[in-house]
Amino acid sequence: MFFTSYEFLGFVGVLFLVYYLVPKKVQWMLLLAASWIFYAAADPRFLIYILATTVTIYFTARIIERDQERQTAYLREHKAEMDRDGKKSYKESRHRVRFRWLLLGLLINLGILATLKYANFFISNVNGIMNAFGGTERLSFVTLVLPMGISFYTFQALGYLIDVYRGTVPAEKNFFRFALFVSFFPQLVQGPISRFDDLSRTLYAEHVFDARTVSFGLQRMLWGYFKKMVIADRILPALSCIIDAPGEYHGAYAFVGMLFYTVQLYADFTGGIDITIGIAQVLGIRLQENFETPYFSMSLKEYWRRWHITMGTWFKDYLFYPISICKPMQKISKFSRNHLGKKIGMRLPVYLSSFVVWFATGFWHGASWNFVVWGLANYFVLMISEELEPLYGRFHKRFRFSNTRLYNIFQVARTFLLISVLKMFDCYSDIGTTFRMFGSMFTAKNWNILWNGALLELGITAGDYGVLAAGAVLFVIIGILHRRGGVRERIAARPYPVRAVVWSVLFLAVLLFGAYGIGYDASQFIYNRF
Amino acid sequence: MEDMGRKIVRWIVTIFILGTVLAALQRLLMPKYMDDVLEGGMIQEYYDERKDHDVIFIGDCELYENISPAVLWEEYGINSYIRGSAEQLIWQSYYLMEETFKYEKPEVVVFNILSLKYNEPQKESYNRMTLDGMKWSMPKVKSILASMTEEESFIEYVFPILRYHSRWNQLIPEDFKYFWKKEDVTFNGYYMRVDALPAENVPAGRPLADYQFGDNAYKYLDMMTELCRENDVELVLVKAPSLYPYWYDQWEQQMEDYAAGHGLKYYNFLEVTEEIGLDFNEDTYDGGLHLNLWGAEKLSRYFGEILARDCGLESRRGEEALEREWEKKLADYRAEIERQKKFYGLQSAR
Repeated sequence: MFFTSYEFLGFVGVLFLVYYLVPKKVQWMLLLAASWIFYAAADPRFLIYILATTVTIYFTARIIERDQERQTAYLREHKAEMDRDGKKSYKESRHRVRFRWLLLGLLINLGILATLKYANFFISNVNGIMNAFGGTERLSFVTLVLPMGISFYTFQALGYLIDVYRGTVPAEKNFFRFALFVSFFPQLVQGPISRFDDLSRTLYAEHVFDARTVSFGLQRMLWGYFKKMVIADRILPALSCIIDAPGEYHGAYAFVGMLFYTVQLYADFTGGIDITIGIAQVLGIRLQENFETPYFSMSLKEYWRRWHITMGTWFKDYLFYPISICKPMQKISKFSRNHLGKKIGMRLPVYLSSFVVWFATGFWHGASWNFVVWGLANYFVLMISEELEPLYGRFHKRFRFSNTRLYNIFQVARTFLLISVLKMFDCYSDIGTTFRMFGSMFTAKNWNILWNGALLELGITAGDYGVLAAGAVLFVIIGILHRRGGVRERIAARPYPVRAVVWSVLFLAVLLFGAYGIGYDASQFIYNRF
Repeated sequence: MEDMGRKIVRWIVTIFILGTVLAALQRLLMPKYMDDVLEGGMIQEYYDERKDHDVIFIGDCELYENISPAVLWEEYGINSYIRGSAEQLIWQSYYLMEETFKYEKPEVVVFNILSLKYNEPQKESYNRMTLDGMKWSMPKVKSILASMTEEESFIEYVFPILRYHSRWNQLIPEDFKYFWKKEDVTFNGYYMRVDALPAENVPAGRPLADYQFGDNAYKYLDMMTELCRENDVELVLVKAPSLYPYWYDQWEQQMEDYAAGHGLKYYNFLEVTEEIGLDFNEDTYDGGLHLNLWGAEKLSRYFGEILARDCGLESRRGEEALEREWEKKLADYRAEIERQKKFYGLQSAR
């Protein structure tokens, strides 16, 4: 059941209606039932995996919390008998027990993820290594189902488990309520990766119908559908045409393909998130924002603060910080401070931790080396930018024009191009091809394709280009308005006829210009596969 | 309270305006089938007819291009109509028959049996040509459900704008010209062509793995037989004299057996082409697939005699209202012959 299918629209339509008709106390139960139906509709086998994650995380979190409670009770009970060392030793022993439970929860779930998503990647690499050493034996690939959004719900559940272990959130006592946190259907497809303390506040609450909230949610969904169906899916045939035949489409085509991919990915992913957040909003549930006009960023660092925010903060909180402050890293830091100087000693742990994070980020995006290279390419650019920061500072001080709006626009354009180049690793799915296509842009002699009509032979018509151009302009306008405040709030403040015309036109645009129905392959959201 | 009332009024006005815009867009975007592919515009023409026909022909192009109701009227006084559409599948024929019987009970229904070779849904574009033109009724709903290919959705039949939305990119002058009203493209369901393309090098039938008509196809043929029986309408089976698609002996045998087993009349016109007087050098416009006007008129004369003789249809010439109606239709029919003759440069040919 794709977000863009009639079935899905019917499904959420009925859900919205029933949700506000049933007693408030059972609203969350209805959501759980709907979520499991949604997931089973994709493939009933998926339910087994999401239930495995739900059960293992639920029980390990409960055990960890109970152990913490027992520890507190024991210490209170034996306060008088225990000295400071005794307390410390007792706490450490309990902490080790809880850590083992945490480890068990992590290993089971990362094991499921690794097996389902990365087994064939490992097999192919082992075969490659054996081949390199002259071996003739080959491991056979395995056929496994890859549950929809497994990386998203696994990371969300693991984040909860770590939070419980850290004592920052209480473990949810009701299994079914916890099951809803893991499987809340709008975010199953492509996130955002929610935090328990944040989502649980509204997920289990009783929601009364509020016309403004519901209409804002529907408007957000509509905008998401516009991005996905009018822009992302419309540009897809041209993009596929270019990237599927790099031998034929290189040079200027590669440049066009690179830009198309950057636009397509943005429209697809942010469109999906808009639909997700919109659905949740109609249900009265607040989900965390995942994007903040990322293509208006003036540096890659800023871009990563604005793009896929929940994934970024997840890696920061649950990978970067723990690695940065772990004992081995502290030893490395100390060693480098003593031997390489204070400056390097301070930076080395950050750079090493960042390396791990970016390696993991790349790997999280897909089971192939191009994603790892993409992650590390981002890492190197970020680290180089970090190192050059003082130089930039001097540059901005020295040249006044660098503080002008024009220069800011240049920075945005430069960052956009940089992002587009880096995304080529993701786009071509083959590292060698990516380098070849990137190189071909500089030796290209076919720039005349930009005006000789060749772009009309990529599977989309002049009319399609017109729609895409109008859509791109709309993106920019909405982006600028968004940075100045809520767009929907601004529209809501206008007189009724203006509001009615704005939303009706957007609805008609999706209806007419959307790439759906017969003649179009319903394309899944790109991030669905992660 | 007053504020709520205002809001409701505003919503009603908005929904009305949006609904009107959507209806207009849907009308604009739906194919008109007026200039190039005419086959999609035929089914709906029936609803404007006065419904007291003696004979209703139901089937695919082997009927609507091979039988001329004008000749049946002129020569035998038989008032007939062809409910035909391109690649009409047997279940579509059945539901058209069911729908027709809600309007009228003809003496005879003639069904062309070529569509028995299809046992399952085929192509969406052909489905549309039959189904879009039908008025909403239970037979239409059932016909859609029976006809949909895997890629189709029922809701796209309910709201065709969902199917045709992408035509904004392909709108042509005819979409605007026929926005309000379309013209008839047939003559009582007959699709006229006066040009000729001799039947040369007609391909022989390729051997098939299985010559047995499918269970689904037979199920609907049984249902047709039963429906006609219930409505006291005589069902006549025919195989039109089209040289291609190939009509296999094994298929012929099955039809003969079926007709005999169910007490139905069955005529295979392929076996009597000489008797009919068909000359496939002159009487077909596409190399033997379909007859042109001259071939269709010959076949209609031949079949008209059978209908009058074997089915006992009496001439209705002399019925004033019907005469008046046909007078107008025949004038249009003749005018179209002249127009096409001129168009194809056949002024002196016939």
